[in-house]
Amino acid sequence: MLRVESVVKSFGGFKAVNGANLHVGKGEIVAVIGPNGAGKTTLFHLITGHLAPDSGRILFKGRDLGGLPPHLICRKGITRSFQVVNIFPQLTVFENVQIAVLSRERKTFDIFSKVEGMAAEEVDRILRNVGLHGRRDVRSDLLSHGDQKVLEIAVALSGKPELIRLIRKLSEEFGLTILFCEHDMGLVFEIAQRVMVMVRGGTVVQGSCDEVRANREVQDAYLGGTA
Amino acid sequence: MKKRTFVAVSVALLLLCALPLFLPRFYVYVASIVLLTGLLATSLNLAIGYGGIYQFHHTVFYGVGAYGTALMLTRAGAPAPVAMIAGPLAAAALSLVMGLICVRLSKLYFGMLQISLGSLVWVVVYRWYSFTGGDDGIHGVPLPDPLASAAGAYYCTLAVTVLCLFALRRIAGSPFGKTLQGVRDNPVRSEAIGVDVTLHRLVALVIAGFFGGVAGSLFIVVDGSAFPDMMFWTYSLEVLIMCLLGGMYTFWGPFVGSSTLVLLRVFVSVYTQYWGLILGTILSLVIIFLPDGLLGFLVRRFRGREADGA
Repeated sequence: MLRVESVVKSFGGFKAVNGANLHVGKGEIVAVIGPNGAGKTTLFHLITGHLAPDSGRILFKGRDLGGLPPHLICRKGITRSFQVVNIFPQLTVFENVQIAVLSRERKTFDIFSKVEGMAAEEVDRILRNVGLHGRRDVRSDLLSHGDQKVLEIAVALSGKPELIRLIRKLSEEFGLTILFCEHDMGLVFEIAQRVMVMVRGGTVVQGSCDEVRANREVQDAYLGGTA
Repeated sequence: MKKRTFVAVSVALLLLCALPLFLPRFYVYVASIVLLTGLLATSLNLAIGYGGIYQFHHTVFYGVGAYGTALMLTRAGAPAPVAMIAGPLAAAALSLVMGLICVRLSKLYFGMLQISLGSLVWVVVYRWYSFTGGDDGIHGVPLPDPLASAAGAYYCTLAVTVLCLFALRRIAGSPFGKTLQGVRDNPVRSEAIGVDVTLHRLVALVIAGFFGGVAGSLFIVVDGSAFPDMMFWTYSLEVLIMCLLGGMYTFWGPFVGSSTLVLLRVFVSVYTQYWGLILGTILSLVIIFLPDGLLGFLVRRFRGREADGA
């Protein structure tokens, strides 16, 4: 579904991502791990279009994503979650999700209709699914931190993404393909079906949890005693 | 609630229509200025309050709207309705050009570049004696009979302003308006849900420029003159202050703010030329005690009470 082929991205001579390879099949949960500074965040930025690769290709469903801006990549079905809570703080819970639904339906340039109550059925259903329906008219910056994180996931879901960095539970319930980045190795091996290890911008190894755990190079470079 | 709003709006409109019947000519003029300045501030608020775009030099579009209308009437001898549409269209076109240049920048960088470009337009208007009249401006613009009297100009301003505010209200409450608020709150997030942030900002700027131009066009109807000061950057800041004073995050806030400011200037300047001092004091108090602006405060207070009562 998603293929990253020998992608390179450098910042003023420093090769943040240097020939990384990655493939994620449909419905798979894949983790990207690696020490700090290995280029994981840069890789994600390349996939979501916030950065353009210097060379190499990023293919999604067989088509090259090269050079597409983030909002178009999103429309192709890739949605991202963020490391910090990322919502629309001054809008209500309902409006947060509503915007995402309207964006998916390409209605954001409609200046003639009344937005009130638009797509209400779907938004309410999503909110019920994530358990936020009781707070639908609350301004989202007044939610607890945990609820804000849930809301963020609800917003990401509203775009009907096929690829999202989330957790296994969501993968099972919504049939999502998930690519994620996590430092807690216990969690990684519990959630991920496959793991890709990055060191110094390149892909060291890619394989099942057991394969990665057994890899001598990975043990030396990164896992140390934890595996 | 709906019915109550309808009754309140009808009463307010009837009162506004009756104003020229009992007010002296000067105050009818002041009322017209209050209306069109309110439209100007509300149009700016679409960009700054709803879109979070730092449109620091908004009165450029006000000025271009006014000059466009005035030039059409004096030079081209166009009929008044044509001239009144040409001004705003020119403002929207300029807004598109300036927007295309500025829109990739964010926050203060956008604001600074916008002031620079706006000042460029101002300099052209200020210096081009043969076309715009330079620093003298254009005076005594000929208007057709129905608009020539103070009451006629007032009714025209009232009708156009009410129509425009209705349109702006619809835009603010449309999917586009809601998306714009999302872009304001979190542009990165907006992109990640598939929103073309740059294009939404640009459209918002063009709409704001257009309605700013309508306000300028109305100024010609009311005052019969256009002068470079109306598009000097300090006046833009005054309009910005109107939005802050009334409350940027409510639709009617800028209107309340602009009315307050215009009336303050008219009535306080009768007693002292230091009306700016009084305005400054009021503004400081508002910013310290009512960070949401006058209307923002009232809305919160009112809604709060309602919630308590329920």
